[in-house]
Amino acid sequence: MLFRLEPRGLRSDFWSYGSPVLAVVLTIVTMGVIFAIMGAPPITGIETFLISPLTSPGGIGSLLVRAAPLIMIGVGLAFCYRANVWNIGGDGQFTMGAIFGGGIALLLPNAPFWWCYPLVLVCGVLGGMFWAGIVALLKLKFNANEILTSLMLVYIAQLILVWLVTGPWRDPQGFGFPQSAMFGAGATTPDFGTTSIHLGCVLAPLLAVALWLVMSRSVLGFQLRVVGQAPRAARYAGFSNARLTWIALLVSGGLSGLAGIIEVTGPIGQLTTTITPGYGFTAVIVAFLGRLHPVGVIFAALLLALSYLGGDAAQISLNMPNSITNIFQGVLLFYLLGVDVLILYRIRRVKPRIVEPAV
Amino acid sequence: MAHIKRRGFTAMLGASALAAPGIIGAARAADPVKIGFVYLGPVGDFGWSYQHDVGRKQAEAALKGQVVTSYVENVPEAPECQAVFESLAASGHKLIFGTSFGYMNYMLKVAAKYPDIKFEHCTGYKRAPNLATYDIRFYQGRFVQGVIAGKLSKTGVAGYVASVPVPEVVQGMNAFLLGMQSINPKAKLKFITIDSWYDPGKEGDAAKALLDQGCDVLTQHTDSPSPLQVAASRNLPAFGEATDMISFAPKTQLTADVNEWGGYYTQRIKALLAGSWTSIDTWGGFAEGMLVMAPFRNMPADVAALATQTVADITSGKNKVFVGPLTDQTGKVFLPAGQVMDDGTLSGLQTLIQGIEGKLS
Amino acid sequence: MNLVYVSSFIVSIIAASTPLLLAASGELITEKSGVLNLGVEGMMLIGAIAGFATAHATGSAALGIVAAALAGVAISMVFAVLTLSLLANQIAAGLALTIFGHGLAALLGAGYVGISAPVLHAIAIPVLSAIPFIGPILFDQNILIYFSFLLICAISWFLNKTHAGLILRAVGDSHDAAHAMGYPVIRIRYAATAFGGALAGIAGAYLSLFYSPLWSQDLSAGRGWIALALVVFSAWRPFYLLAGAYLFGGVTYLALYLQGVGVSIPSPLISALPYAGTIAVLVLISRDARRVRLNQPACLAKYFHAVA
Repeated sequence: MLFRLEPRGLRSDFWSYGSPVLAVVLTIVTMGVIFAIMGAPPITGIETFLISPLTSPGGIGSLLVRAAPLIMIGVGLAFCYRANVWNIGGDGQFTMGAIFGGGIALLLPNAPFWWCYPLVLVCGVLGGMFWAGIVALLKLKFNANEILTSLMLVYIAQLILVWLVTGPWRDPQGFGFPQSAMFGAGATTPDFGTTSIHLGCVLAPLLAVALWLVMSRSVLGFQLRVVGQAPRAARYAGFSNARLTWIALLVSGGLSGLAGIIEVTGPIGQLTTTITPGYGFTAVIVAFLGRLHPVGVIFAALLLALSYLGGDAAQISLNMPNSITNIFQGVLLFYLLGVDVLILYRIRRVKPRIVEPAV
Repeated sequence: MAHIKRRGFTAMLGASALAAPGIIGAARAADPVKIGFVYLGPVGDFGWSYQHDVGRKQAEAALKGQVVTSYVENVPEAPECQAVFESLAASGHKLIFGTSFGYMNYMLKVAAKYPDIKFEHCTGYKRAPNLATYDIRFYQGRFVQGVIAGKLSKTGVAGYVASVPVPEVVQGMNAFLLGMQSINPKAKLKFITIDSWYDPGKEGDAAKALLDQGCDVLTQHTDSPSPLQVAASRNLPAFGEATDMISFAPKTQLTADVNEWGGYYTQRIKALLAGSWTSIDTWGGFAEGMLVMAPFRNMPADVAALATQTVADITSGKNKVFVGPLTDQTGKVFLPAGQVMDDGTLSGLQTLIQGIEGKLS
Repeated sequence: MNLVYVSSFIVSIIAASTPLLLAASGELITEKSGVLNLGVEGMMLIGAIAGFATAHATGSAALGIVAAALAGVAISMVFAVLTLSLLANQIAAGLALTIFGHGLAALLGAGYVGISAPVLHAIAIPVLSAIPFIGPILFDQNILIYFSFLLICAISWFLNKTHAGLILRAVGDSHDAAHAMGYPVIRIRYAATAFGGALAGIAGAYLSLFYSPLWSQDLSAGRGWIALALVVFSAWRPFYLLAGAYLFGGVTYLALYLQGVGVSIPSPLISALPYAGTIAVLVLISRDARRVRLNQPACLAKYFHAVA
């Protein structure tokens, strides 16, 4: 109680970039301690967790495949959060994109690639937009809290997917396994030679950069910054909050939907009951770690993707349970959120008697 | 934490190999060959994955000094598993076992990419020159369970906690009821599919729902001891799955199908070392020693004797389990009298016999 | 249908509903103070493993419950420090708590898979439990089920009839006003968050010591998220929460039960009903501002920093 937070008045530029770096460093130190407790030399542990996945053959490919959906969902969420719209339903929009696009792909098993694939992608985007659009509609029409509605819609989308692949869309030739038929060649995301790298790995960073240009160069981007940082000023300026809410949710929903359809037409190749290991939630970490900045999101997504591969590597070579991936992610976000306080506040020592009971 | 012990040291070596891929190819002939295992669940699920891990340890012990094994647990049936198979392949594992159906297409892709490395896929049906398949005739054990249930059930209705309606599960339900009907021709079977292989809460709920509907003996085709525990809390008999689960329900478990993978793994690794490994499809049961029944407990001696006899008959081939006439749920005969179902039909079975209530979704 | 099966059906629903009720009761108090903690799932898992490990070590399921509550409080304090003292975003901190809880519970539990611990047994109330039909339903349950009934009554009384409850609601509805009146907003929120953590922990212990008495990764299987939905579904009212928990638990159980009797309504769609219902309730109570004020804590998930 001898410290007090004092508002800086202005955001600290140093700490907005310094805090993720500090958080990553603190997390790595903490992981070293955890490795030591678990009986592995900390340096070997960290090397296995963070470096070995990159140096192994095919490692970079695996990393990009993991990072691609995180980037796409993450930039959308970053956009949303800047507009003060708290969409946490990325997983639901991802799933609905996979369902919409996947449904079309199943309808057209023999269609040629040149028109079928773009159509499937567009349907995926529309699926994600539709699911996020519900959130926007309920928020603007009925004032329903978007955190809660978007979260509920995650579970509804997931259960619809389970119903489809265990029911009407179950592969008739699939021996009862809960999955759809494989998509035709016309609805398969192209990949590059023998690597696992696919079109989505290239598209994701390009989309992030495109969104960055929109956010930094356009009138819309300007409105976004004003609304996010000074809602009252935005109202005086006559910016429409409703319009921005719609745009934010549709953009992030569409991007999540795109990530979903690329995932099922690419690495997975069909619809199954589990198409996301929680990318939509991990992307929330990605958005925060990336400072709600599209380019930052790319780096954050790569780091988080690395933590998945690191968990596997630690298991293969150190016999660690792969749950250390979750610990890494959780601890990283804890530190980041903790250190972030330095952006807006400075810590001041205060004499005990001045302290108000409330603080 | 518990399993970071002796194996930690061999693992360290693995880490350096992983960090320096160039060394892998230059490994000396005398070095132990690395064998990898990929599990769907935690090795401690005390069911499916646990039993595969028991097999892995048996094989490693049997071939001490010649091989080292590593495993990855909790690998989902999703694109993530491809990265796991790739990193095992890239880190010098020469034979890699994938132990869940959903790895099939990913294993095919990785096998095509690493033609020099051998892969084996449990429960799958797609093969490649370097990708073999293997499975156990679980239905043989189900028939024995059915015979026991037929003897013990008073209501004549048994409950079956099912995972997903794949052929393996359909075979299991049919075989169980066939065994039961061999004692009590009027016996019926109710089932609930939970769309998952491992979900203790949901498995327990399904078990309760079946018991709440008048079933008085329970079996499960899911991997946790939860249904067994539910039966124990109601003082009704039940069967364990994949491993001997007696410690969870000492007064309840009658027996359990126990999957014995160790012999198979040892044999296949030996073939690899001898250079005689080929891509084959193995479907073994009692006769091959891949399936055994846990000791018959909590039942009268005559029932245990009958169960033992049934095992012997199936082992010797006297009892082929799926023998006509078999009638489907609508009353139509789908296997004429006297005919034995061939393995091809059996391995794609999607028909339930008369007496099973409820439909495959 | 035989009456015994009906009563056993109801007992099964109560058993399925209680973990939701326990976790949601805690979250209700947390949210009433204006704090949205999305980490319920993570706290439940931590509680489940802490309870299981303690019961295994001491041979006492009761000690397991105590340990689970304490573990829940401890982990919820990480969230509280971040969001209340360091003014971090509650949504992000809650998600981090869930992810971290998953990982930590799995790590701590690695050595406990496949072993059994003391099970929490039912306490049959003499004479009453022998009454046909209602006996098994009302008087032959385990202590946490009795506790969950008392808890709801206590929470309702606390929120509506006590001065402390009034202050809690005031803090959740308008932290600035509460602060101006001299109430220690942050301290009250710390306490409410700790209460939520304790109950999520107990709900976890209910799972690992009674419901499916074993430890497995992801034992909670999304129940923490259902509990969050439930708080909204109940419109932040204790007795609606009770009804909602039984409805949610009942629907989940019914989805499986119907399969056994051969009714062919796809169970995933039945399982989706609670979530759809939650959205419907949210729309109903949010659509006019007056109703929102009656129910939803106005400061939910908002920052509070008192200017000294």
